[in-house]
Amino acid sequence: MKLGFSPAEEAFRAECAGWLQAQMAGPFADIRGIHSLCESIPRRKEWEQQLAAHRWSCIGWPAQWGGRDATLAEQVIFAEEYARAGAPNRVNHIGIELAGPTILTFGTEAQKAQYLPAIAAGTTIWCQGYSEPGAGSDLANVKTRAALDGDHWVVNGQKVWTSLAHYSDKIFVVTRSVEGSKGPKGITFLLMDLDQPGIEVRPISQMNGEAEFNETFFTDARCPADALLGAPGEGWKVAMGLLAFERGVSTLGQQMQFRNEFDVLVAAARANGKAADPVIRQRLAKAEIGLRLMRYGALRMLSQTDHSAIDGAALTYKIQWATWRRGLGELAMDVLGQAAEIAPGDDYAWPLLPNMYLSSRADTIYGGTNQIQRNLIAERGLGLPREPRGSQ
Amino acid sequence: MEFAFTDEQAMIADTVRGLFAEHATRARTRAAMAGSGADAGIDRALWAAFAGELGLAGICLPEACGGAGLGMVEFAQVAEAAGAHLAAIPLLGVAMVGRALAAGGSDAQRAQWLAPLAAGQILAAAARAEGLSDSAGRLTGTVQFVPHGGAADLLLAWSGDQGWLIDLQDAGVCVTPHVTMDQTRPLATITLTHAAATPLADGKAGISAALAAGWICLSAEALGGAQAALDQTVAYSRDRVQFGRAIGSFQAYKHRLADMMIEIEQARSAVYWAACAIDEGSDEAPLALHAAKSFCADTFHMCAGNMIQLHGGIGFTWDHDAHLYFKRARAIVSMLGDGQWHREQIARLMMGAAA
Repeated sequence: MKLGFSPAEEAFRAECAGWLQAQMAGPFADIRGIHSLCESIPRRKEWEQQLAAHRWSCIGWPAQWGGRDATLAEQVIFAEEYARAGAPNRVNHIGIELAGPTILTFGTEAQKAQYLPAIAAGTTIWCQGYSEPGAGSDLANVKTRAALDGDHWVVNGQKVWTSLAHYSDKIFVVTRSVEGSKGPKGITFLLMDLDQPGIEVRPISQMNGEAEFNETFFTDARCPADALLGAPGEGWKVAMGLLAFERGVSTLGQQMQFRNEFDVLVAAARANGKAADPVIRQRLAKAEIGLRLMRYGALRMLSQTDHSAIDGAALTYKIQWATWRRGLGELAMDVLGQAAEIAPGDDYAWPLLPNMYLSSRADTIYGGTNQIQRNLIAERGLGLPREPRGSQ
Repeated sequence: MEFAFTDEQAMIADTVRGLFAEHATRARTRAAMAGSGADAGIDRALWAAFAGELGLAGICLPEACGGAGLGMVEFAQVAEAAGAHLAAIPLLGVAMVGRALAAGGSDAQRAQWLAPLAAGQILAAAARAEGLSDSAGRLTGTVQFVPHGGAADLLLAWSGDQGWLIDLQDAGVCVTPHVTMDQTRPLATITLTHAAATPLADGKAGISAALAAGWICLSAEALGGAQAALDQTVAYSRDRVQFGRAIGSFQAYKHRLADMMIEIEQARSAVYWAACAIDEGSDEAPLALHAAKSFCADTFHMCAGNMIQLHGGIGFTWDHDAHLYFKRARAIVSMLGDGQWHREQIARLMMGAAA
């Protein structure tokens, strides 16, 4: 067990930090520090293509597909230095962190050659077609239909909460391809172009005034018969395998964003005098502890080599970070007081901390609500009986 | 960077778990709780197996004086296993005093005490004391809340950056053992009247090492205890049937167990982060220690309280072990600084003292 980095790893840190800081101070200074998902999309795409040109876009991938075969320690270091340099959130994080690893795991060699280079290069942006109006927590209840018509799949139905679909080029879609099938059986995992007449994307206005999510409607939308991962009707395994990648190294980059938000909050508390209030001090210290334990939990999860064992750190990670960030939003409002209730401009648009207070209410819902997380922890982690299913 | 146990560390954990599973049975722990005088709260046969057969008393003490020369990570593994079984042994005092001697003792102090401590031949206790007066190597004053003070041979008392070693056989020492809520680690009051004492050569280094070992010990014991409380409650929830179902199938019950696991996983990260930070001399060590002590104690207390609640009436009885975990947890919350004190130390590291 060792937490420190070797001299070679520190040299790697110096290399990537030097390059990232030079980029953020020079050609990409205009997008430094952007934390919103939807701001300056064209410039952020250019930035991701610049990352790719220097082979920094997906360092954990195999070198054959544009990565560096980076070790865990190197990926940790890169995630930390990326955030430290103030580099913006990745527009294509779903492509790099979810679609790519899933294609690497479940795709044929031909599919890897077809899809991976454009993801690595930052030229194809992906989004995720999972939830539906009637299939949220109960994802296996998807109703979007896929039917083979000659050499194409024809897709009809509706997805919802498709993050960034309005800026994406491709979507992976969990569909039901076996007529009359129920639950995890009869699911097919398709890879589709978004830009076609059969797909319509409508942004959803959120409670914080932003629109990151969409409804996505499929009306005789089409993709080639071989644009699927896994066998037809057996896509559930792929859909679940993809979710495991959500707990990858990207979590460390996300934590650096949390660190930035927390630092802004501590600075605000010092500026308005709340940092002297003993109750606020206790809550800030608790938040600091929680953030540190998130980091070391993630390192424990990523260092795990025995993948057959139940990994408690991985299983509890989602509810841990989501609950922490929601708590941070509440603490931020208590620190700022009524001043946080007034928007700085004429729009319904909020600075970082009040926006976090609002946006963090989504954290404990998407990607499996806290209640679903507790079911999963109890059933998979503790071996307790499964929830009874209603008859459908 | 690899935040996972090495093969050697995994073997140590297996060995100590085996030892405590065999010896630290509930019957033996309860016998130790009922002991009196110098045997109160101590299972002497367990200590003999632990220190004598396995040589674990000196696990984190230098090899030159008979220790194993390992670090806080390995010590934490031992303390975690001890905590899981509520082992009635004076691990805390031996580790605190041994590490204080190694880091800040004079040559004479080290020569006299380290080898017998590492061999488990003598027992030691440590406690902070205010208002001790030192007159030409003779201490006068009262040291309160000394863990296993009734059984100890050697006392480390400290105040600020000053620490003293006191041989408890000295004529100026009066030990008053107490009946303590947590009977697995009874407390004593030690009154010194011109008792012979020698100061640590480097009080600051010695006390800092003692506190680090003590905080790691309590945090790791709390982690082990919390996990045991969860495991035993999970087992009960599978067997106990009400309304025609195992009670562990009810969501209100499952979610409380899940909440226990969420806290325990963070506590596990905290213990081994702090232990690594000490072993690697990291700048994060003070923050990690305060985080570990406060977080793990709270986690244990929450889990042990849930253990009682989720067992229903049987969990409130003397015969059931739930109260042993609950009382151990409560004692740990208050020992060596409570949660509020540790969190205030973190606030100071973050923002300085409140104006």
